[in-house]
Amino acid sequence: MQLNDILNHTSEWLKGTGPHSDIVISSRLRLARNIEKLPFPHWASKKQGKSVLEMIQDAVGKSDLLNKMTVFILEDQDAVDKQFLVERHLMSYEHAQKTNSKAVIVDDDEVVSIMINEEDHIRAQVMQSGFNLIEAWNVINKIDDALAKELPFAFSGEWGYLTACPTNAGTGMRGSVMLHLPALVMTKQINQVLAAIAKLSFTTRGLYGEGTQATGNFFQISNQVSLGQSETDIIQSINNLIRQIIEQEGQCRETLLASNRGMLEDKISRSFGILKSAHIITSQETTELLSLVRLGCDLGIIKDINRRHVNELFLLIQPAHLQKIENKKFASQERDIKRAELIRKKFEK
Amino acid sequence: MTCDMCGKNLATVHLTEIIDDQMNELHLCEECAHKKSAQMGQQFGLSDLLAGLAGFEKQKDEKDGLSLKCPNCGMTFKDFKKLGRLGCGECYSAFRSFLGPLLKRIHGANLHCGKTPVSRIAKLTRKTRAAGGAGASSGAREAGTMDPPVKDTVQSLRARLQKAIETEAYEEAAKLRDQIKELEKGQHAEDKKE
Repeated sequence: MQLNDILNHTSEWLKGTGPHSDIVISSRLRLARNIEKLPFPHWASKKQGKSVLEMIQDAVGKSDLLNKMTVFILEDQDAVDKQFLVERHLMSYEHAQKTNSKAVIVDDDEVVSIMINEEDHIRAQVMQSGFNLIEAWNVINKIDDALAKELPFAFSGEWGYLTACPTNAGTGMRGSVMLHLPALVMTKQINQVLAAIAKLSFTTRGLYGEGTQATGNFFQISNQVSLGQSETDIIQSINNLIRQIIEQEGQCRETLLASNRGMLEDKISRSFGILKSAHIITSQETTELLSLVRLGCDLGIIKDINRRHVNELFLLIQPAHLQKIENKKFASQERDIKRAELIRKKFEK
Repeated sequence: MTCDMCGKNLATVHLTEIIDDQMNELHLCEECAHKKSAQMGQQFGLSDLLAGLAGFEKQKDEKDGLSLKCPNCGMTFKDFKKLGRLGCGECYSAFRSFLGPLLKRIHGANLHCGKTPVSRIAKLTRKTRAAGGAGASSGAREAGTMDPPVKDTVQSLRARLQKAIETEAYEEAAKLRDQIKELEKGQHAEDKKE
């Protein structure tokens, strides 16, 4: 598989299917693993980093479950390609920086990705569409077993999987659920919700993980605690929290529809109108407007657009995606023109 | 259905609140729902109490520890304090006396209750089988199958220990801790032999 094949393909998690997919975009689980005795990536010499990469590649090659996946060695990728992988959530922004001995391994459906030599030797992630952490666990558990069969992981009976940062020790697991919460934002209840989440040992991030702003009413909620609870208990506690938030958002949507339908229809239709007619548009503005269009699809205010296509657009309008589509490098202003062009085309009847 | 708050209008908004595990259903008319919605956000905030954030205990005097050094990768405790990242898995043993309390502060617990790598499970199973122990009848376990008998014991003990600590049943906790130590000692001895 080549990067260009990925471009012409809809990531599994963007399909807009799965439980509660009107409010939950995707569910992601990641496991942090390290090989015993070998220094963690930030502390390793070049040679040690390289040998970790080789060991893991070798292990992946030996596993029937993993050996059909594609390995992207980051030193071989140019800046646009690396950004493209980040935009598709196949790797983190940090992974795209200083690329010594780094790789990412991806399966054809873009459900599984394994980062090598990120903060830990292995960061494996599974992403599902909708609210579906349990299925994500079923998949990632098997991948973890396949890797553990070939690689001796740094593990202690007392503290579990040993990771570069003690915040990940124990299960090494982080579950993240990406939520679209426009009604909670519009009714200004979101801050109270976020404050409550923070105090419950969960974190909220924006669309692209750590350090990113919440744009387009997207919020990524993850567990902070990884030690002292089993994997299934952690998933259970995330699920309980997410269920409450889904309910709050659902209620807010109903309230808005019941009390402010006219205002809502106006906002949504105007957003759709701008997207259909703009000739220059930034990715920030597009994301904000698309968020409302997505809400319009969910509420039946916009009828002839499929949620999946809206989901896809969130991705296609990103800088690296635009450049891959056109197979050309563009400066920021040119991209704003190309972006508007692409959106107009997508929404054309 | 009439509104639970005013008892007059038709209830069109249905609210389920869960506070302290108590589920409460409210059926409201539009007008009362508006009034309620102002409070709704605040009530969500009440669950903050569940977090039961304990006050940060004072850190142990760490000066003595700064010169500690990991024999495997050479990282010193001072490096760790500066970088916020450990050097390798062995650092956890080298800086054990400081990491225990730190892990407890971060996670509210410092005992793993989750998965064990399959390679270790296989070793434990072999050990039980060699000793002719009960529960080894299933033979060598394929990687990926869950819950082998030996792992169950250590893991379930750990889970029980965690519960005991949470409920402040310290006597029970001490017993469980000793049982786990015993089991793990046997396991380490076996690991070394191999």
